[in-house]
Amino acid sequence: MDNFFDLNIPFAEIDRVDGKAKVTGKADYVAEHDLPNLTYGVLVGSTIANGTVTAIDTKSAERAPGVLAVITHLNAPKVPGYEEGENPAKGRTGGGGLKIFNDNRIRFNGQPIALVVADTFERATYAASLIKAQYNKEAPHTSLADAIKNDKPIEGDNYKEAVRGEKDAWKTAPVKVEGTYIMPIQVHNPMELHATIARWDGDDKVTVWEKTQGVVSTQQSIANAFKLEQKNVQVYAPYVGGGFGSALRTWPHAIAAVMAAKKLGRPVKLVLTRPQMFMLVGYRPEAIQHISIGATPDGKIVGMRHDAYAVTSNYENFNEGLVAQTKQLYACANLATKYNIYPMNLSTPTWMRGPGEATGSFPLECALDELSYALNLDPIELRKRNYAETDPENGKPYSSKFLREAYDLGAEKFGWKGRKPQPRSMEEDGWLVGYGMSSGMFGAFRGEGRVRLKFSGDGMLTIQSAVSDSGPGTATAMTRIASDAMGLPVNKVNFELGNSAFPPGPTQGGSSTTSTLGTTVSMACDSLKKKLVELLKTQESEIALADVQFAQGEMRLKNGKSISYTDALKAANLPSIELTESSGRNPEMQKYSAYSYSVHFVRVKVHPLTGVVRIDKVVSAGDAGRIISEKTAASQMKGGAVGGIGGALMEEGVIDHRYGRWVNNNFADYHVPVHADVPDVEVVFVNKPDPVLNPNGSKGMGEIALIGFAAAVANAVYHATGKRIRELPITPDKVLL
Amino acid sequence: MNSHTENDPCCGGQSRRSFLKRSTATAAILAAPPVLVRAAEKKLDEQGAEYFEKLPLKIEVNGKPFSLSVEPRVTLLDLLREQLHLTGTKKGCDYGQCGACTVHVDGQRVLSCLSLAGMQDGKKITTIEGLASGDDLHPLQEAFIRHDGFQCGYCTPGQIMSAVACIKEGHAGSDAEIREYMSGNICRCGAYPNIVDAIREVAQKGGVK
Ligand code: FES
Ligand code: FES
Repeated sequence: MDNFFDLNIPFAEIDRVDGKAKVTGKADYVAEHDLPNLTYGVLVGSTIANGTVTAIDTKSAERAPGVLAVITHLNAPKVPGYEEGENPAKGRTGGGGLKIFNDNRIRFNGQPIALVVADTFERATYAASLIKAQYNKEAPHTSLADAIKNDKPIEGDNYKEAVRGEKDAWKTAPVKVEGTYIMPIQVHNPMELHATIARWDGDDKVTVWEKTQGVVSTQQSIANAFKLEQKNVQVYAPYVGGGFGSALRTWPHAIAAVMAAKKLGRPVKLVLTRPQMFMLVGYRPEAIQHISIGATPDGKIVGMRHDAYAVTSNYENFNEGLVAQTKQLYACANLATKYNIYPMNLSTPTWMRGPGEATGSFPLECALDELSYALNLDPIELRKRNYAETDPENGKPYSSKFLREAYDLGAEKFGWKGRKPQPRSMEEDGWLVGYGMSSGMFGAFRGEGRVRLKFSGDGMLTIQSAVSDSGPGTATAMTRIASDAMGLPVNKVNFELGNSAFPPGPTQGGSSTTSTLGTTVSMACDSLKKKLVELLKTQESEIALADVQFAQGEMRLKNGKSISYTDALKAANLPSIELTESSGRNPEMQKYSAYSYSVHFVRVKVHPLTGVVRIDKVVSAGDAGRIISEKTAASQMKGGAVGGIGGALMEEGVIDHRYGRWVNNNFADYHVPVHADVPDVEVVFVNKPDPVLNPNGSKGMGEIALIGFAAAVANAVYHATGKRIRELPITPDKVLL
Repeated sequence: MNSHTENDPCCGGQSRRSFLKRSTATAAILAAPPVLVRAAEKKLDEQGAEYFEKLPLKIEVNGKPFSLSVEPRVTLLDLLREQLHLTGTKKGCDYGQCGACTVHVDGQRVLSCLSLAGMQDGKKITTIEGLASGDDLHPLQEAFIRHDGFQCGYCTPGQIMSAVACIKEGHAGSDAEIREYMSGNICRCGAYPNIVDAIREVAQKGGVK
């Protein structure tokens, strides 16, 4: 594909285009739509983790004031899509695997057993407290450690051992490191509670306001579940208050809201509670991993082995790339990996920022660090000695790879030189000081996108696509691209999203939105330019597109003449130009492997008496191609570092395995970073274009911002204390013991 | 979670209103209004209770007076969002654990999810919608935009309301102090460094209205 622009010219920095709406309270998230006749739904969850509901008493709830309906498996309207396929794991229907209110089987603690709908939120909440259920309890299975000991993992192609070169090469290497690493459940917990508002417009049409990262996928899921034509499901998601993956699926509660709205003939608003956010919208699965690395005395990795064990639900197999980074990051001829999952009495996990790679990078990057000490080599130098110049899996060249530059830029900015190599050798004000680093990578993708573009006589360029933005700033990046391409000021570009009536856009996930949709927007602008030049042909003969410069809202011709876009429209008697454009994968890419890279640097202070770990300084360096929107990109990297601090030091979903019940499903007990936990975070980008992936030269960023971060912290704690902590989160008890 | 099993210790399956009914039938019978007793006998207690359980409430929100009638269990947050349709104030947890619902009550920052609406009689409430004067943004709103003090924007109204108070309280003297006194406001997108930049800048300019 041709590049439309000179990729070496950086984009000028702009403020977030929806900033004003966000700071004034005008941004309207899902639960904020007011509809006439609106009703409120509150879900009641099971108090056991495994068994069946034997009786459910809804009488008092039904009699409570304001209650309009109580839905349970005994009276739930049929969801037609649920009839298809015996196994919800096949994912043929919308509801996210679990068929809500479909039978009396309890598969996990907190599984919805009833939905109470009332005329106010308070009345629905009170009535929900009156529901009484009796159960036939069975022993819950929620402990991964027990499962590894007693059970067999799920079998299938995804779970076969993968071998490259010689399987056991690491064992005979002169220098070896080995370790078992534990990462607990982590929960996305976006600040906005998941919410659905559903309103039926007749028998075969429904309008849904949904917290979703995928407007089109939500539309499809609901259409499939209720057997509707896709166009008869209207989805709105104008603002999404964070997701980090939790809004990548259409979850059962959304199906319940649509079901209830149908039964009542009134719109239903269903907002999850914070505790329900831990149980009903996915989480990062707990993982236990064993890694072994063998190297030569001069630091060449000879062989590696990585075994990963993780949890899934007992009704769906959830897979992610725990061992992907081990296969990719270092040049290493001999490697064996095996990924194992165990079905549990837990709801289905889902991709959480940096998905499997974030989990898998923890053992890998800690083991590299351990190896650097065993070899007496600087950890960055060790990584450079094993730098993969081509894809170690298939030998393909990279479309672009500037990881070396990222190591150097980050080290420079961080002041890595100041690190004394020996562990426990640095101190400040009675605290032990440690420096740690790690690297991360994630595939760079480009999918299919479609936009509608309209340039009007008043000089406004409007572009629409059915994507949503959970925070990274999609509208800002697209505005930046279009304003740059067209030579229009930013305030003359309006990018609209969050509406399924717009042309289908991609799901915002896998760090691919800017790559995918940025391509479509670039191509749409290119088509607009062609149309504008065609308008000129009535006045000027023989104008080639290449001879026209598009700047400051006007076309500048070789002969020195210029004409504004709006005047060109007027002269042609056109009120506006409209077009749609679509784009897909770049077939060129088959020849390449494409990844984004990050390098995280962390300075910690560890209190020797109390074991408290404070993050003192962070630098994250990224190779994410050409940066489209500097300000929002830096924010995204900082956000990843903050998430990383949470995962490294505090986040831990605790389940009481005796009952399979959540212990800490709220923000007082499940700790996430707050202001006082986070130092200034510095971000530096290599900012060099990827020449193949897409016309803008961008790669993805959302995942690499977090991948590897926990290892950087653990490595810094080792450097500060001499103690290698292999279990997250790194809490004072582990530092002290 | 709201579900109760047969052996749930917290409520024993007894509702507030069935307690009311029992007590009207015994010792409390003299104290209870006769209409309520009759209602209870006819099993109309739930509807009767509804009538008696509303409180008159006069408050000022963003300079506008409101004369309302609310159930005692309605929180200030839900009153703002569901009844007054001022949805700029956000619900992130409903348990006083996240700060998304921060508003000012008589000039003090308060978690509106932990405040019962009925207890605000006579008070002046300011929400994010009342911070700007017309099109003129508050200096902190401007600084948040300039420093990109958000991503998804969901915690932002709470952060800004807290930040205004943080500066007014004199708790923005250093980065460490800002971080300490802003720690009740969670930002899951991790905009903390940028938020601190915004607050520091406004505090140093002495720029709070
Ligand atoms: S909603 Fe009030 S503190 Fe979270
Ligand atoms: S901006 Fe998303 S939670 Fe703060």
